[in-house]
Amino acid sequence: MPEDKTIRLKIKRQDQPDSKAYWEEFDLPHKPRANVISCLMDIQMNPVTRQEKTVTPVVWESNCLEEVCGSCTMIINGKVRQACTALIDALPQPIVLEPLTKFPIVRDLQVDRTRMFENLKKVKAWIHIDGTYNIGEGPVIPEKQRAKAYLLSECMTCGCCLEACPQFTKNNNFVGASTISQVRLFNMHPTGAMESEERLETIMGDGGIADCGNAQVCVEVCPKKIPLTESIAEIGRETTLQLLKNLFLK
Amino acid sequence: MPKRKPQFIVIGGGLAGLAATMKLCEDKARVTLVSYQPVKRSHSVCAQGGINAAIDTKGEGDSPETHFYDTVKGGDFLAHQPLVRDMCHQAPAIVHLMDRLGVAFNRTPEGHLEFRRFGGTLFSRTAFAGATTGQQLLYALDEQVRRYEHDGQVQKLEWHEYLSAILDSQGVCRGAVLHDLHTGEIFSAKGDAVILATGGPAQVYGKTTGSTVCNGVATTAAYLQGAKYANGEFIQVHPTAIPGQDKLRLMSESARGEGGRIWVPRKKNDDRDPLTIPESERYYFLEENHPRFGNLVPRDVASREIHDVVYNKELGVEGQPMVYLDLTHQSEEFLEHRLGGILDIYAKFTGDNPKKVPMKIFPAVHYSMGGIWTDYESNGSGLIDHQSPRNQMTSIQGLYAAGECDYQFHGANRLGANSLLSCIYTGLMMGPGLIQYSRNLNSHFEDVPSSVFDQARDQWQGRMQSFKQMKGPENPYVLHQELGDILLANVLIVRENSKLEKALTQISDLEIRFKNVQCLDTTHWSNPAPSMIQQLFCQIQLAKIITQGALVRNEFRGAHYKPEYDLNQPKDFDPHEYVEYIEKKQYGEVLESEFPSGHTAYMKRYEECNEQWLKTTIAKHNNNQPEISFEEVNTSLVQPRPRKYD
Ligand SMILES: Cc1cc2nc3c(=O)[nH]c(=O)nc-3n(C[C@H](O)[C@H](O)[C@H](O)COP(=O)(O)OP(=O)(O)OC[C@H]3O[C@@H](n4cnc5c(N)ncnc54)[C@H](O)[C@@H]3O)c2cc1C
Ligand code: SF4
Ligand code: SF4
Ligand code: FES
Repeated sequence: MPEDKTIRLKIKRQDQPDSKAYWEEFDLPHKPRANVISCLMDIQMNPVTRQEKTVTPVVWESNCLEEVCGSCTMIINGKVRQACTALIDALPQPIVLEPLTKFPIVRDLQVDRTRMFENLKKVKAWIHIDGTYNIGEGPVIPEKQRAKAYLLSECMTCGCCLEACPQFTKNNNFVGASTISQVRLFNMHPTGAMESEERLETIMGDGGIADCGNAQVCVEVCPKKIPLTESIAEIGRETTLQLLKNLFLK
Repeated sequence: MPKRKPQFIVIGGGLAGLAATMKLCEDKARVTLVSYQPVKRSHSVCAQGGINAAIDTKGEGDSPETHFYDTVKGGDFLAHQPLVRDMCHQAPAIVHLMDRLGVAFNRTPEGHLEFRRFGGTLFSRTAFAGATTGQQLLYALDEQVRRYEHDGQVQKLEWHEYLSAILDSQGVCRGAVLHDLHTGEIFSAKGDAVILATGGPAQVYGKTTGSTVCNGVATTAAYLQGAKYANGEFIQVHPTAIPGQDKLRLMSESARGEGGRIWVPRKKNDDRDPLTIPESERYYFLEENHPRFGNLVPRDVASREIHDVVYNKELGVEGQPMVYLDLTHQSEEFLEHRLGGILDIYAKFTGDNPKKVPMKIFPAVHYSMGGIWTDYESNGSGLIDHQSPRNQMTSIQGLYAAGECDYQFHGANRLGANSLLSCIYTGLMMGPGLIQYSRNLNSHFEDVPSSVFDQARDQWQGRMQSFKQMKGPENPYVLHQELGDILLANVLIVRENSKLEKALTQISDLEIRFKNVQCLDTTHWSNPAPSMIQQLFCQIQLAKIITQGALVRNEFRGAHYKPEYDLNQPKDFDPHEYVEYIEKKQYGEVLESEFPSGHTAYMKRYEECNEQWLKTTIAKHNNNQPEISFEEVNTSLVQPRPRKYD
């Protein structure tokens, strides 16, 4: 089949946050081990559509190119995922690229995920230390507990879980699964636990865990296989306890 | 009147930039943190293997002094010794601090930090967090900085590009010209000092193990403003990477730290399934040639050996310049626990399961030992005076640098897991000196006439506008690729002067073609095209620094291998002989007969070579060319001697 030698990309483009979206198609020569990013790079070197129209190169976000920075999340053939690990040979053609829909568009495939970082602020996703001075070793932590924390700490703020979540929309303020999971991570740490009540209070409030409808699709799309539903269940338990505590002690 | 708070601009939010920001905030300063992309997505997330600190939890007898010695030896003695020594002495405290910040470092059964082995040392000195140590370290610092951002001490300017420093009439840095990558606005920002923590320049080679923003542009911009650039020619080629179209993904040295073995079939073009090739027909060349360090020789040595095996001996796997990296003798459980993440990357990009079949890997451009020149102040007893404003200052007053973009810690070759250390170390170490610098200033940026800032801004607005109007036939992305190809073909593992000269001619041809570049996008919103042209311009200059430095340096040191100048170390040579030789020399001429045959002559050659070349290469921008000169290296603590890793 001669088609084997070319790759067809169908890309949803948008020039500005409030302008109308449009589609463009590109045919590219097949290269071994190509992925979606390398194809976008090929378009930069020759920004001409299938209809032979010269256009501006496509704008997208990427950095690490090995699925650890979370930048390049987009919708590829209808599925939310990272473009850098989307190998061309494993994708049916034409390959359809769209930006995430739950975040404001910046341009083309690039979106603004500031909301995710703001949510981390909201829940105080950090460990409050006394200072950076040399006061010796950190806490002794059993390897098993460390391994559990490590799973959660691999979250790269990519937004796949939020894109897939039916409860997370552009115009509500649900923090989503990734933030809930970070609350669990920091509450699990011996030092982080000292601020666990504050985090729980926040996550019990507006846009918090109560908004989760338990649809469980978040966990299916997480590229890092983070046990999100486990985190949601755990934080659910912790918040219930906190609620009871508040009832009796306050 | 309330006391004036020091105010800084940090460019870059990788490990170095975040560590500096955290430290400065702790000292009550205000920081504007600038980055191309959200800092949490910085290149440092890519680091897999680990971070070195001689904590000696296994009773192997490791110590910061040994770490220091391994590091300067690994760097072929080209690094300033008090700095390296200070870093190695701080390393245990740094790793404990990162642990306190919540980094999920792997643990021992008792719950303490676990350590693994890495290249260039015989000790288990590398702390690690699964297979994503850099990501975990970066996140921990990112969280601390987010806390300060929450408290109002840090203002983040993400999606902003640093274009240049703003110098007052005395040449003192008072701020930076920044470019909002969404609105396209170009403006000036003011600060007591500007800190470049902009990472490595590997993208100048086009295909590397680095991230897309590791472009070296910020430091080159400083060079174009008159700052010294140092040791540019020392580019590390990592021995083990995975081929790819967009990126050469790294297979971390930790694969070898956890027992991975490198081999090729002994027979040329042996096309058997590697698992069916019996032991006796496998050539474990690193183990055979270096019985003591084996697969964990330093990277420069490993890359040269692979180069020799695949090009000179033509033993590459499938006739390609590839070798096997084999972990199949380890249990799947062990591999999952210790190396899970990096083996997943290999599986994801090649479709092969490295727990079952040997990986096919090859060398790729990885790291730059060189970078923008920075200063330091020794405390007189072989360590650093941490209060000195000289620490990490470039040759432009008030412009500082930290992390991979500086030059001083790794000499002619970096040891694995030492970079995460040097990045965090420099970020933290420079803090007190910066505060001092701000306090010592006679006049602050508030006193500098606003015309200084306005002029700098206007000049950049004009420059970017002129890039936007470029309408020639050349595609800048294609030129960038060609630039990389020139360097890959001529300025890599094996360097020859004729090829380096050829490369310089090709780079200057490319520089002429640059004038006919086309700006592929002339819109006003979130348009990367003008920046891309500016970056290409700087990378052409950087390519000249690297190549010119390589051409001038007529010796073989660390990653800079010129076969023509190989001193041909005798096979049975012992580096300690050289220490003895230097001793003896104090009492007069050393005779040939005092050492095994050929050794004295070799040591004389080595000594002469050091006299001429054990120097820092300095590139200064002059008349559109890098003007090369040399500076003394501080070797006051250990006697440089020939390296040997057998
Ligand atoms: C694949 C890989 C694996 C590695 N593994 C290890 C390891 O296991 N152990 C180890 O010790 N080392 C390792 N290294 C090396 C180490 O990762 C890097 O040297 C280190 O992370 C560099 O950190 P940094 O803080 O200097 O810069 P980076 O993390 O590269 O950050 C640079 C920052 O500067 C910003 N920036 C750059 N230019 C500009 C500009 N002009 N305007 C605005 N912002 C700008 C970027 O946005 C970014 O925020 C590895 C390197 C690679 C490539
Ligand atoms: S469980 Fe469902 S509703 Fe809750 S965060 Fe996940 S996808 Fe959203
Ligand atoms: S939890 Fe998973 S899907 Fe969600 S942001 Fe983190 S890594 Fe992405
Ligand atoms: S570029 Fe980092 S996840 Fe794809």
